[in-house]
Amino acid sequence: MMASSYTAKEEDGHITVSGPGALRSRKPENTAFKQQRLPAWQPILTAGTVLPAFFIIGLLFIPIGIGLFVTSNNIKEFEIDYTGVDASSPCYNCSQSFSWNSSRPCSCSIPFYLEQPYESNVYVYYGLSNFYQNHRRYVKSRDDSQLNGDPKSLMEPSKECEPYAFHENKPIAPCGAIANSMFNDTLELFYNDPNGTKVRILLNTTGVAWWTDKHVKFGNPGGNSPNLTAAFQGTTKPINWRRPVFDLDADEGNNGFINEDFIVWMRTAALPTFRKLYRIINKKSGMVPTLPRGNYSLEVVYNYPVRSFEGRKRMILSTISWMGGKNPFLGIAYIAVGSVCFFLGVVLLLVHHKCGNRNNNADISN
Amino acid sequence: MLRRTLNRWLGRDERRVDSRSICVGHRSSSNNEAFIPPKFCDNRIVSSKYTVWNFLPKNLFEQFRRIANFYFLIIFLVQVIVDTPTSPVTSGLPLFFVITVTAIKQGYEDWLRHKADNEVNKYPVTVLEQGRRVRKESEKIKVGDVLEVDEDETFPCDLILLQSSRDDDTCFVTTASLDGESNHKTHYTVPDTEKDLESLNATIECEQPQPDLYKFVGRMHIYKADQEPAVRSLGPENLLLKGSTLKNTQTICGVAIYTGMETKMALNYQGKSQKRSAVEKSINAFLLVYLCILVSKALVCTTLKYVWQNKPGQDEPWYNEKTQREKDTNLYLKMFTDFLSFMVLFNFIIPVSMYVTVEMQKFLGSFFITWDKDFFDPEIKEGALVNTSDLNEELGQVEYVFTDKTGTLTQNNMEFIECCIDGFQYKYQDAGTDLDGFCVTDGPANKVQHKAGREKEELFLRALCLCHTVQVKESPEQGQGQRDGLMDQVDGLGVDGEGLHPPPQEQRGFIASSPDEVALVKGAMRYGFTFLGFESKTMKILTRDNDVERYELLHVLNFDPVRRRMSVIVRSKSGDTLLFCKGADSSIFPRVRQEEVERIRMNVERNATEGYRTLCVAYKYLNAEEYAQADAGLREARLALQDREEKLMAVYNQVETGMSLIGATAVEDRLQEEAAETMEALQGAGMKVWVLTGDKMETAKSTCYACRLFQRNTELLELTVRTLEDGGRRREERLHELLVEYHKKAVQDAPPVKAGVTRAWSSANHDYGFIIDGATLSMVLNSSSESNSSRYKNLFLQICQNCTSVLCCRMAPLQKAQIVKMVKNSKGSPITLSIGDGANDVSMILEAHVGIGIKGKEGRQAVRNSDYAIPKLKHLKKLLLAHGHLYYVRIAHLVQYFFYKNLCFILPQFLYQFFCGYSQQPLYDAAYLTMYNICFTSMPILAYSLLEQHICMEVLLDNATLYRGIAKNGMLRWGPFFYWTLLGVFHGLLFFFGVRYLFGNPALQDNGQVFGNWSYGTIVFTVLVFTVTLKLALDTRHWTWINHFVIWGSLAFYVFFSFFWGGIIWPFLKQQRLYFVFANMLSSVSAWLVIILLILLSLLPEILLVVFRKPRGPHAGQITPVTPLTYKHLKDRQ
Repeated sequence: MMASSYTAKEEDGHITVSGPGALRSRKPENTAFKQQRLPAWQPILTAGTVLPAFFIIGLLFIPIGIGLFVTSNNIKEFEIDYTGVDASSPCYNCSQSFSWNSSRPCSCSIPFYLEQPYESNVYVYYGLSNFYQNHRRYVKSRDDSQLNGDPKSLMEPSKECEPYAFHENKPIAPCGAIANSMFNDTLELFYNDPNGTKVRILLNTTGVAWWTDKHVKFGNPGGNSPNLTAAFQGTTKPINWRRPVFDLDADEGNNGFINEDFIVWMRTAALPTFRKLYRIINKKSGMVPTLPRGNYSLEVVYNYPVRSFEGRKRMILSTISWMGGKNPFLGIAYIAVGSVCFFLGVVLLLVHHKCGNRNNNADISN
Repeated sequence: MLRRTLNRWLGRDERRVDSRSICVGHRSSSNNEAFIPPKFCDNRIVSSKYTVWNFLPKNLFEQFRRIANFYFLIIFLVQVIVDTPTSPVTSGLPLFFVITVTAIKQGYEDWLRHKADNEVNKYPVTVLEQGRRVRKESEKIKVGDVLEVDEDETFPCDLILLQSSRDDDTCFVTTASLDGESNHKTHYTVPDTEKDLESLNATIECEQPQPDLYKFVGRMHIYKADQEPAVRSLGPENLLLKGSTLKNTQTICGVAIYTGMETKMALNYQGKSQKRSAVEKSINAFLLVYLCILVSKALVCTTLKYVWQNKPGQDEPWYNEKTQREKDTNLYLKMFTDFLSFMVLFNFIIPVSMYVTVEMQKFLGSFFITWDKDFFDPEIKEGALVNTSDLNEELGQVEYVFTDKTGTLTQNNMEFIECCIDGFQYKYQDAGTDLDGFCVTDGPANKVQHKAGREKEELFLRALCLCHTVQVKESPEQGQGQRDGLMDQVDGLGVDGEGLHPPPQEQRGFIASSPDEVALVKGAMRYGFTFLGFESKTMKILTRDNDVERYELLHVLNFDPVRRRMSVIVRSKSGDTLLFCKGADSSIFPRVRQEEVERIRMNVERNATEGYRTLCVAYKYLNAEEYAQADAGLREARLALQDREEKLMAVYNQVETGMSLIGATAVEDRLQEEAAETMEALQGAGMKVWVLTGDKMETAKSTCYACRLFQRNTELLELTVRTLEDGGRRREERLHELLVEYHKKAVQDAPPVKAGVTRAWSSANHDYGFIIDGATLSMVLNSSSESNSSRYKNLFLQICQNCTSVLCCRMAPLQKAQIVKMVKNSKGSPITLSIGDGANDVSMILEAHVGIGIKGKEGRQAVRNSDYAIPKLKHLKKLLLAHGHLYYVRIAHLVQYFFYKNLCFILPQFLYQFFCGYSQQPLYDAAYLTMYNICFTSMPILAYSLLEQHICMEVLLDNATLYRGIAKNGMLRWGPFFYWTLLGVFHGLLFFFGVRYLFGNPALQDNGQVFGNWSYGTIVFTVLVFTVTLKLALDTRHWTWINHFVIWGSLAFYVFFSFFWGGIIWPFLKQQRLYFVFANMLSSVSAWLVIILLILLSLLPEILLVVFRKPRGPHAGQITPVTPLTYKHLKDRQ
């Protein structure tokens, strides 16, 4: 297609041998297409046609916006920064004394108070700030076919994983910077019952990753063979990991590459400040709130260093609505756009009214 | 290409030796023993560009010489070499596609050319070698070979006619495939060559090959054993051109003088100069701006990247270490590769697809002109012809129209109206069809019946019958049975004529190069003098008394536009030698006796003001001595190798003196259909119409009045030889004075008019018309002193630009081109259009921005050299006002839209760099990056740019003023460009930050799961595709089913593709980035809401603008009556 047009210019210089055959009757066909007379719809936007649209948009958007805003406001969200930058912070020691080689994990406990009871399912997120998961070198540093369970890629990770592809001449499984830097703090929640007992809150590890990721995109090598240790034979764990990949979870359906924490981490975040779903606290049956009002403590096994790049770590408790997590942006935007439309509708109505009159006058004077 | 360049070089080298010698039949002359046969190229025609071996490298080389292709190649190479964010596939695939398709097409065309070449080169021809007839392949012909060609064969190379099977040593030829003129042309053998070619010993000396089809000079030396070598002159009448066909002649023999690529035909098909449209220039300017944006974006990002990396812990945090190689790279090299990476990341801002789409739009769009049935002319059974598709949009930008008069404004369908003999007026009456009709003078109602003497009358009529180059067309039945040549037929006719039933007029067809001559011969026929035709060199006429008179034709002093007359020298039976001359009054009057002039001048001028074409007829007797002198002079001049034209001219001028005037003729040339309406429409559209004609001032002026170019209230400013001579002073002084005076009148005193306000019909304004003639123009342009010349030129231009119409009469073809060039290069470089039908218009057609040929009667040269050809003048109106307007609007919108959609495509990607550590992380998946311009957004704009009619054609035709709305490249100037750029920036910002705020909390699903960076990109991309497509939908004013199909279709395709692309684990992809991203996005209510919100918000200002702009539009009245939201079914006419 391009060629024809491109060359049309060049052909001028050439002898085109056209026989008398080209001189057949040249009466153009009288078709609607060739005569550019295809029946056509010719919409013309005038104040008259647009006016109702503006009002309709205004009337639609404002309620939606209010709905969104209310929904967003009803979502309960609680956030703790447990990085331990301040000396007063319980995790200060852990954050200061961090070293990759220390065999003994550092733990800290942060008390907090929930002012409102959380009625429905509560979602536990961990949040990182100033962590560039969307850095190009980072994003591409993975091997999806290895993660899919391809035995060949398991032993020969893609070059994209460099410098996290081989360690001591053994292929790393899972390879790449993303996997290597997997978030490995352990967060545990305890409810401090007013009667003094400390109740561990049950955190559900499943359901945090996309269903399709867990069931199709990620897969352990050797299919569903129960012996993961054998399947990963010949590979080594990522350098920064404390445990090999086949030892991530005791549950067989959540171990190896299909570990949900791992899958969640592997879905790289869009912005340098992000949150990822960590655990789900399922609603208990009956009228008991999932998390009643009261004192809680967050027990952290502090493994993940962020101080070197001035990062922050947060733990977020949130309920969820039909629109997702708490975000007032949509509601406000809808209300604003709706109001603007409505306002414009009014202005247009006035202008239209005036203009229409003026036009009529002009027509008459002509 | 190379070969051609080489040939051209060689040709140039050869041309330094300004003639070539050829031995007829390779028999070198005995007395010229030192003669070395020179090398000439063989008779192979090579129009193909490639061979099997060099196709690939050469074709690739040619393709990458295009700046756009080269740019994309560079980007591709950078992607291959440097570690860049997007894979080389994203830009390599489209480039590969484009290059392959082009290569395949060019290869196919070249194969066709090879085939055609072979057909021509292997064509069997008969060569006479040592008395034997040898069949050879055409490509084996060498210069000097003697060839035999049979009837209806085409000549395989340029030949000098040596022998014809006709008795009168002529042959007939049509040059239909060369210049489209289908009449038979007579060519003559070289006089007095031997009948036996075997014994002919001759050399030919002729000029080096040159492309002018109608010029040839050469000399033939004939050596005879016992005599001095005889010299014969050779002219175009002896030359048979390759590509023309032998007709009505059984067989001829000729010697090859130019072969292969040196034939006049091959030389003539060298490319025409490229015309580029103003739109293309705008595109290039915009491209430059975008290139600057691209480079500055890359620079900003690179700089910020290194600033950012300077902060501790950012460049290489523990979680994202560099490879050893990256660590080792030199810092500056890294900076450079980073810069290149950013360039690659943002390069989509200048898309390959724009070039493809623009070219496709032009190519496909031009079909609508050829398809338009309004351009079909039932008379010649042809429609419009598009020779180049590059200038479609230029048709909507025309500011100056230069038109020829004869054949363009007028029909060139000549009719003999009246004549004037010796001061007495004769008007032909249709009622008196008897042979004596001539005697009815000036209408029977006339009180005083004046009549010139019968002798004068007959002399006049004989002059009309003899002084021409008309041929009698052979009727078919005679043509079929003819074996004995023309002579018998003419005799047959003669016998008929002598009989009692003279052949009815209609049966006698005349063929002539100029329709005036036919009109005159037919006119004479009506008065009883019938021209019967040539018989060898004898002209036969049938007189009123049914006598056949024979005149020996001694010389024809051909017509040329400089002399503006032609003559014949004949010898009558009685032995008198007569010279008859006919020509324009201005060229005849000075050459006859003044008292004769006075008697006729009044009639001539009256006829001229009535709009008739007048010719004066004069004659003189040549006594033997005079004739001998003229004969010698003519022969000598014809033999001259150098400056033959000038020498001939001198002799002509010398011979054509001291004649006596017999009378004058008046021939009417009717106006073309709707000529006046067309001109009025063009003026209404703000175009300035200039008439450039070779005709007389009076005639041209009356035509201008008839065409309403001049109105009753138009004040005419004349700058002609006559006005110059009025003052009685020196011409230069008078010229200066007049120029200053007119300038004062038209430019300084004229009220300061706003652009576009002056119009032909605004009675309040004073209209000026300007008239200038060729002689004065050359004085203006080539004034004696340099400073005066440029000053005069300026004054002249300013005057002309302030006049509504300008008439330039008595123009030579070159002067026409000069004027066009002058206006073209004047301030503001206005777009010019030339329209003409004849060979004399070719120069101005080639010179103007847009050249339009009319498929008229004066051959096909104008059509061949034009950019567009139309059958009639009236079609110009639709071509410009409807087609031109629409094409311009379409392509302007196409270009702006393309820049816009790529700006808002790439801007979010740029903004994303601020959030990903300037790491060149692409926002969109590679598939989206590649497909955006190819699939998702290309079809709607292509359909729009082919089908859009923002105002329907009828309205455009009825309101010529609408054309002014887009004048001066109105839609592609910086204003609209900045508007579109601003819109693109606004949309880009909106898309990016809208989604950015949504991702403040990436938990967007109702199960608490979070979205990653690819979801981010996909949401932005979805908004982008929908907004950009809907923006186009909003601009579309003409929704045919194709638009509906393509707009909704490509949106549906996007959705379908996204599902498909994300629905499968693609085995050949390294990363499954988009796996189920799109589906998951659609499962999130928030994503839906944000998409809807952003699309609406980005289109809102657009809608507002449309609404607010409409009522203030200049022609709201014409648009509003069309009720919105209705289907308009236009009945097909016919």
